[in-house]
Amino acid sequence: MGEAIVVTSGKGGVGKTTTTANIGTALALLGKKVCLIDTDIGLRNLDVVMGLENRIIFDLVDVVQERVKTRQALVPDKRFDCLQLLPAAQTSDKSEVTPEAMKRIVAELKQEFDYILIDCPAGIEQGYKNAVAGADKAIVVTNPEKSSVRDADRIIGLLEQEDIEPPKLIVNRIRHHMVESGDMLDVDEIVSVLSIDLLGVVADDDEVIKASNSGEPVALHPNTKSSLAYRNIARRILGESVPLLSFEEKKGLMTKVKKFFGMRP
Amino acid sequence: MIANQQLITVKGTREGLILKIDDHCAYQDVLNELKEKLSVNDLIEDDRLITVNLQLGNRYVTLEQKDELKEVVRKSQNLVVGKVESNVITKEEAAEWKRHAQVKPLVKVVRSGQVINVEGDMLLIGDVNPGGKIMASGNIFVMGSLRGIAHAGVDGDRHVVIAASFMQPTQLRIADAISRAPDQDAEGVYMECGYLEEGNDKILIDRLQEVIKKRPDISSFERRMFNG
Repeated sequence: MGEAIVVTSGKGGVGKTTTTANIGTALALLGKKVCLIDTDIGLRNLDVVMGLENRIIFDLVDVVQERVKTRQALVPDKRFDCLQLLPAAQTSDKSEVTPEAMKRIVAELKQEFDYILIDCPAGIEQGYKNAVAGADKAIVVTNPEKSSVRDADRIIGLLEQEDIEPPKLIVNRIRHHMVESGDMLDVDEIVSVLSIDLLGVVADDDEVIKASNSGEPVALHPNTKSSLAYRNIARRILGESVPLLSFEEKKGLMTKVKKFFGMRP
Repeated sequence: MIANQQLITVKGTREGLILKIDDHCAYQDVLNELKEKLSVNDLIEDDRLITVNLQLGNRYVTLEQKDELKEVVRKSQNLVVGKVESNVITKEEAAEWKRHAQVKPLVKVVRSGQVINVEGDMLLIGDVNPGGKIMASGNIFVMGSLRGIAHAGVDGDRHVVIAASFMQPTQLRIADAISRAPDQDAEGVYMECGYLEEGNDKILIDRLQEVIKKRPDISSFERRMFNG
């Protein structure tokens, strides 16, 4: 019996889809059977980020309306056998899916997969209610800016009313130099306002955008910090305790020596 | 009942007149005698306004009866009604007093979009985040950070206070007064308390210790019973 995790944020554009794709890929790398569900009916993106757009034949709405079996609509990933995607419909409307139908589909998929990651649309309306309906756990993604934290707070309040475990937080797109100069909220501040457990911190990284555009999630290649961050998040989901990555920039030998002697670098 | 027995005793004090009303006779008799007494009463010759307090003893009067009594007093010139006091209240009123006088403890984080409303005092153990709102008919005490909106004295009590371990509210409201945070980024302050200045509609924020001096009766039950 697997578990279903919804990835949500309230605000749009904070990186829900990217996070879903990368955590899913990282979990698959660790050998877990993973199913990704895109619930953003009408504005599907997850298939594009995963590079699976041209393989879609059936979608979530077909499954909801029982035109096909759930199994038939799943799109297998081109890299991992254990990773599958249930894509959203591009031509329908969010009202075509009901929370009850989502519960049924997720329960069915839980029999077969270890993890079901549900990519939630922005907002707190029908789409959100559908996405949350079948979930056991929730991950809230936020950016280090006030409006995003405000919406995350609202979403956490709504999630508390659902029958799921307390949500975990991912702070996405942090820019170390801006935090240091005091122009960006730092992680501690965000965690203290939202008062939920931190699951991970992902730095703002050009590679993420490049990877999304090429349909290859950044977590596939271990050579960037953001990739490591996503892999660490996946390991934390599995229950390992992995320390947070440090954001310190590479420093020259001299600064290290100076620091060692307690001098100002 | 002896007809010529006085049902209403008039007593003059420095604050005004006290009408002590017998609590054993019928209400109608009281009303009649009150009308009679006040119409005969020509003793007052100057134009000074005189406050009249009615003491009902152990008599229970309904709201309509209370208004009726007040109306009778008001009809005669230069008399104004002060308090109408009775030793008796209904069970409902007593329950209402109790609700307004108790402290309601809550353990939670009030998040954006959430509104919490309590009767009486609120003791919140947790934070109020920006966009969240807490309301109480009495005082508000937040053991945590107050970053949202707090409204104390919702029913109009102006003597209430809002205290927080960490005070960085978007708005403070006491009764009908509103104050908001300054437009530039204001740093929060620890252990502070907001209250309404006497004779002014401004909400002041001061150290908790200072406010205790100004509102020594915060915790007393009687205060709420008589303001209730």
